[in-house]
Amino acid sequence: MVSMESPDLGHGDPVRSAPPADIVLTREMQAESVPGAPEPDTRQVVFDIRGLDVHYGPVLAVAEVDLAVAAREITALIGPSGCGKSTFLRCLNRMNDLIPGARVSGSVLYHGLELYGPQIDPVEVRRRIGMVFQKPNPFPKSIYDNVAFGPRVNGQRRGLDDLVEHALARAALWDEVKDKLKKSALALSGGQQQRLCIARALAVEPDVVLMDEPCSALDPIASSRIEDLMVELKRDYTIVIVTHNMQQAARVSDRTAFFTAEIRESGARVGVLVEYDQTETIFTSPSDPRTEGYITGRFG
Amino acid sequence: MSLLEADAAAVTPLPRQSTGKRLADRAFWVVLFVSFGVAVVGLVALLWYVFDTGWPAFGGRLWRRFPSLDPEIAGARSAVFGTIWVLGITAALAVPIGIGAAVYLEEFASHDRWYTRWIALNIQNLAGVPSIVYGILGLAFIARGPLGLGPTVLTGGMILALLVLPIVIIASREAIRAVPPSIRDGSLALGATRLQTVRRQLLPAAIPGIATGVILALSRAIGEAAPLIMIGAFTYVPFNPTRLDSKFTVLPIQIFDWIGRPQEGFTQLAAAACILLLIILLFMNALAIWLRNRYQQRW
Repeated sequence: MVSMESPDLGHGDPVRSAPPADIVLTREMQAESVPGAPEPDTRQVVFDIRGLDVHYGPVLAVAEVDLAVAAREITALIGPSGCGKSTFLRCLNRMNDLIPGARVSGSVLYHGLELYGPQIDPVEVRRRIGMVFQKPNPFPKSIYDNVAFGPRVNGQRRGLDDLVEHALARAALWDEVKDKLKKSALALSGGQQQRLCIARALAVEPDVVLMDEPCSALDPIASSRIEDLMVELKRDYTIVIVTHNMQQAARVSDRTAFFTAEIRESGARVGVLVEYDQTETIFTSPSDPRTEGYITGRFG
Repeated sequence: MSLLEADAAAVTPLPRQSTGKRLADRAFWVVLFVSFGVAVVGLVALLWYVFDTGWPAFGGRLWRRFPSLDPEIAGARSAVFGTIWVLGITAALAVPIGIGAAVYLEEFASHDRWYTRWIALNIQNLAGVPSIVYGILGLAFIARGPLGLGPTVLTGGMILALLVLPIVIIASREAIRAVPPSIRDGSLALGATRLQTVRRQLLPAAIPGIATGVILALSRAIGEAAPLIMIGAFTYVPFNPTRLDSKFTVLPIQIFDWIGRPQEGFTQLAAAACILLLIILLFMNALAIWLRNRYQQRW
């Protein structure tokens, strides 16, 4: 079905280990592929994106993105509304396939494999690369069934209880819900719902978790719990987060990519990657004046 | 001194409403109320007439006795059972086909293609086609013609299924569309296939809406006489259907038959059968409302 060979997900030990060895291509992160020349880094590259363009029908939405995402780091994507950062994020697990007319060109290498290659099954990609959305979207089912849904659609029938408990514990929700696993997930608070969605994503034992503004619908306390959780999770997972909240990016991320919308001669707004670097560098000494303007609050 | 003080002088005084405007408002209200009144009075008069005429004849014999030439002992047992059979067949055909078509149109057909929109538009139009037209279609293609099934319960069920299919499709599409896209995305992002997403997320979430639509569609079907008369359903059937190819009659046809007879007793019986039909309809609609309220999902 796919060229993405991997150990049997979902039947093993619920504790996630390193990404499957046979799909990992260890490469040095190449400084010249990243604008702004960050420090050379020897960490594993999970995503290596080159020359990525996204079209919606005839409209170019995101142009020419080059970016490498390192394993077990939090990579934050920041930028004003409409700069294409969410669109870009959805390219990483092929969620854009589901939008009629969306077209992705360029190269997205995932552990060295072309994610948009002809042999790749997008369903398998989404199993491996989980996603948490802007608005908590629990299914109208029990808490248990929400978490068990992913393993179940992947064919797992046994050991679900342990898996559910483990995923909920991992998402720092177990203690709050262990006595009401059969209750509807819709009865939880917004912050709990979002942690449930994170638990749900972890239950399929992904390699990467993509988060699309996961805290934008939450109050500051719930947001801070999610942030703590992200920092906790990056020991085992690679996380890419889109956020509108620059303090959040500064607090949790290791690297930050700043996107903005350029107005082309034709009058079209196109999302571009302006600068990508260590988070500290982006927030203290950005090399592009547009980045500086954004982070100091002069626009956006 | 308070922090805020009202300063009446700072605003221009609010003008009074003019007499003309007030009269126009009043007149408009009267027009609306009269419209409402006509509708209610018409309905109440109809119900009063039916109950007044039919109540003395209403009773267990309607569903215990078979029809007879003697109004004193006649009942509508075969019509009641015929109705149940026909509706059962209608539901068995229209529900899976209707839901399947709705899922296809909502989830798999490409929405920006002209033919998808054209099909969707025509399904809306089909919902408004007079039932007698379906009767002619059924006579030509099902009762006679290619299928040649004759005036049987199966034929009746198939015709009524065709008749209510657009209603089931439209209701199911709306129910599926009401499931937020975030549920679809959430499911797909967990590595579910589109089929798994439809089966395990969209349909369960849409079931209350679909069920409501199905019941309303069946309550349309239960009152239909014209297409069934068209295919040659009988008016005097002294036995219950036992097989798919049994001859049959249904309540509306039985009512139609009784109404046409000269004896006073049959007029009463017809009204009594109307009451029975109304009670069944009321029950079905109540069930639809209950389902909608009980399982309605608030997102």
